[in-house]
Amino acid sequence: MSILKIEGVTKTYANHVALDNVSFEIPTGCIFGLLGPNGAGKTSLIRIITQITGADSGKIFFKGDRLRPNHIKDIGYLPEERGLYKKMKVGEQLLYLTQLKGLSKADAKARIKTWVDRFEIRDWLNKNIEDLSKGMQQKVQFIATVLHEPSLIILDEPFSGFDPINANLIKDEILRLRERGATIIFSTHRMESVEELCDYIALINQAQKVLDGPVKEVKDTYKTDTFQVIGNGRLLITSPDFQVMEQHDNHGVFRANIRLLNNTTPNDLLRYLIQRVEIHSFIELVPSINDIFIQKVKETHHV
Amino acid sequence: MSKVWLIIQREYLTRVRKKSFIIMTLLTPILLAAFMILPGLLITMSGDTETVMVLDESGLFEDKLQDREDLKFIPLAGSLEQAKMAYQETDYTALLYIPEMSIDNPQGITLYGKKNTSLQTQVRLENTLEKEIENQRFLASGLDRETLDKIEANVKLSTINLSGEGEKDNNAIITSIAGVAGAVIIYFFIFMYGVQIMRGVIEEKTSRIVEVMISSVKPFQLMMGKIIGIAAVGLTQFLLWIVLSFVAVTAVSAAFGIDAAPSPAAQFAAGQAAAQGEEEEEATATSTVDNPPQENEVANTISDVKRGFANLNIALIFGCFLFYFLGGYLLYGSLFGAIGAAVDNETDTQQFMMPITIPLIIAFIMSYSVVLKNPDGPVAFWMSIIPLTSPIVMMVRVPFGVPAWELLLSMALLIAGFIFTTWIASRIYRVGILMYGKKINYKELSKWLFYRV
Repeated sequence: MSILKIEGVTKTYANHVALDNVSFEIPTGCIFGLLGPNGAGKTSLIRIITQITGADSGKIFFKGDRLRPNHIKDIGYLPEERGLYKKMKVGEQLLYLTQLKGLSKADAKARIKTWVDRFEIRDWLNKNIEDLSKGMQQKVQFIATVLHEPSLIILDEPFSGFDPINANLIKDEILRLRERGATIIFSTHRMESVEELCDYIALINQAQKVLDGPVKEVKDTYKTDTFQVIGNGRLLITSPDFQVMEQHDNHGVFRANIRLLNNTTPNDLLRYLIQRVEIHSFIELVPSINDIFIQKVKETHHV
Repeated sequence: MSKVWLIIQREYLTRVRKKSFIIMTLLTPILLAAFMILPGLLITMSGDTETVMVLDESGLFEDKLQDREDLKFIPLAGSLEQAKMAYQETDYTALLYIPEMSIDNPQGITLYGKKNTSLQTQVRLENTLEKEIENQRFLASGLDRETLDKIEANVKLSTINLSGEGEKDNNAIITSIAGVAGAVIIYFFIFMYGVQIMRGVIEEKTSRIVEVMISSVKPFQLMMGKIIGIAAVGLTQFLLWIVLSFVAVTAVSAAFGIDAAPSPAAQFAAGQAAAQGEEEEEATATSTVDNPPQENEVANTISDVKRGFANLNIALIFGCFLFYFLGGYLLYGSLFGAIGAAVDNETDTQQFMMPITIPLIIAFIMSYSVVLKNPDGPVAFWMSIIPLTSPIVMMVRVPFGVPAWELLLSMALLIAGFIFTTWIASRIYRVGILMYGKKINYKELSKWLFYRV
């Protein structure tokens, strides 16, 4: 079952269309990449899901029900523009934000305790936010986002501003949250950064959904049966079954991108090559989401 | 609702725990006490006995310059030169030289001092001499001081208000003070705490927490929580000021043993005494001439003040004060909140502050210049009905007595005005708080009112 179903959502601001009839579903328990360049409409969509703004038309279903104000409790949101009350103590701030999500004071305190221990930040509880380093603030903010244990967690550009160590920590935390059944939406324009994490993606460009689906399927669809071969010798392909897309020779070492034609298999190519050259490396060239996106955007422009 | 309550708590507690709040709250009553006490203290301190040497060549003031508590005279004989030398060797305040002169033309009296003699001493001496000369002139014309005192009239008007509600004493000055004091407090409260709302909103915007907040609560809840929380801070500070001022003034007066400071207790006691005195006075109306006229005057003034306060409808004034205090604050507070939401930093607030501050300032100025002089005139009427100015102007008018329908109309309009400005503010607020880096003008703002969010 999908945790979130978006049906024909349209949102127009005074003079531009932010979302144009966008529909897709987000399956429960996955990591979902909401991808697209800056200004594509990702943040608008997220603000509609978090009920910060409303859609002009279209419907959103959360766990099968129409999205309602009391669903806020079950959604955690880390906005791109991050911030906390600077002059408030970490502990009070976490308590406040969690209580605003609708948790009782006692529950909130218990959860803060477990999370604080997990992140080993017990000493920070009585410090003001402004006295923490930027990385520490980000950690606190991440905790504030997931403290009420929402089943849907929305992270807008989650890794911007994190140093590599903290970014890894957050990555691990995200994977752990998924294991516990939470659904995570990643929104980013840096597609390579989340490709490895995402199970599903949706690509948005100029207010419209360009494509969506499981990452593997998307990639398979856009696979071009191209292999990169590196080896020794003089490579000269004469078979009509294989097409050389690109080739570089350098002091007897070659590197070539070869495409399979006429339903040949990679093994056919290997057999063909082995007879002629010495092979050092043979890899399938899988398109990155970024490549697919660029290709897709070009296609839509041509149409 | 519980979310608004959480926001109110946070807004209240973070502000009340601030060092600046604690310092302001403690310091203001102390400063106030100091301002009330110091003048009294200074007068007492400078009230040392002054000694003046007198060289009277005219002989007119012989034995006439009587020593008083704070002014002593030492008669000298001989020439002016000798007197000057004698004076130089002492540390007396001054040397008064009265040359040969007639009572009809008292010219050439000179005061020699080591430093500049104080104006106070000068005035005291002038008064003493003038009085003595007058006495002598009376004598010369066959009158004496006592006869004169009997002749001297001291008229003080007792003003009675013959309104529909029957006779009542009316004391314009007390009434004015009560009204203006209320209006001044409301004016400053709106400004001080209105600006705090604005800063609070800007702070949320610049620290970028606002998006996290409004993914949990509605913008309207956030705004109202802030406005109400800050109102509570203001009321707390206000009440603490009253209590602490009272304590500080009483304590300081007790410590210095002065009742020059108008401590409420002393005032009350004085009032009591005066009231008794007044009764006796009326009983023996014709014999008042026996009392020295100055004492009478003081007693009359004090009893006037007391009666003036007694005749004010304290409950009504205080009720109105609370209503206009909160109503005015809420009306303007939401507008201040909207400004905070519309801009990115405090320097951009100027252009939007203008239309908010102008009605307030006009109301304030008009209260002094027009409303006080003519509390039932058309300017006073309209300004006390229009919600933007009514919290200040009506407060000035109330102690003078305002027809019930005017008061009710003004209050109803203030409530309506508050709802209206809150509506406008919330429309601007919900768009503004998520808008960064955009220069806003009025045209843009007016569009926001009709955005669908």
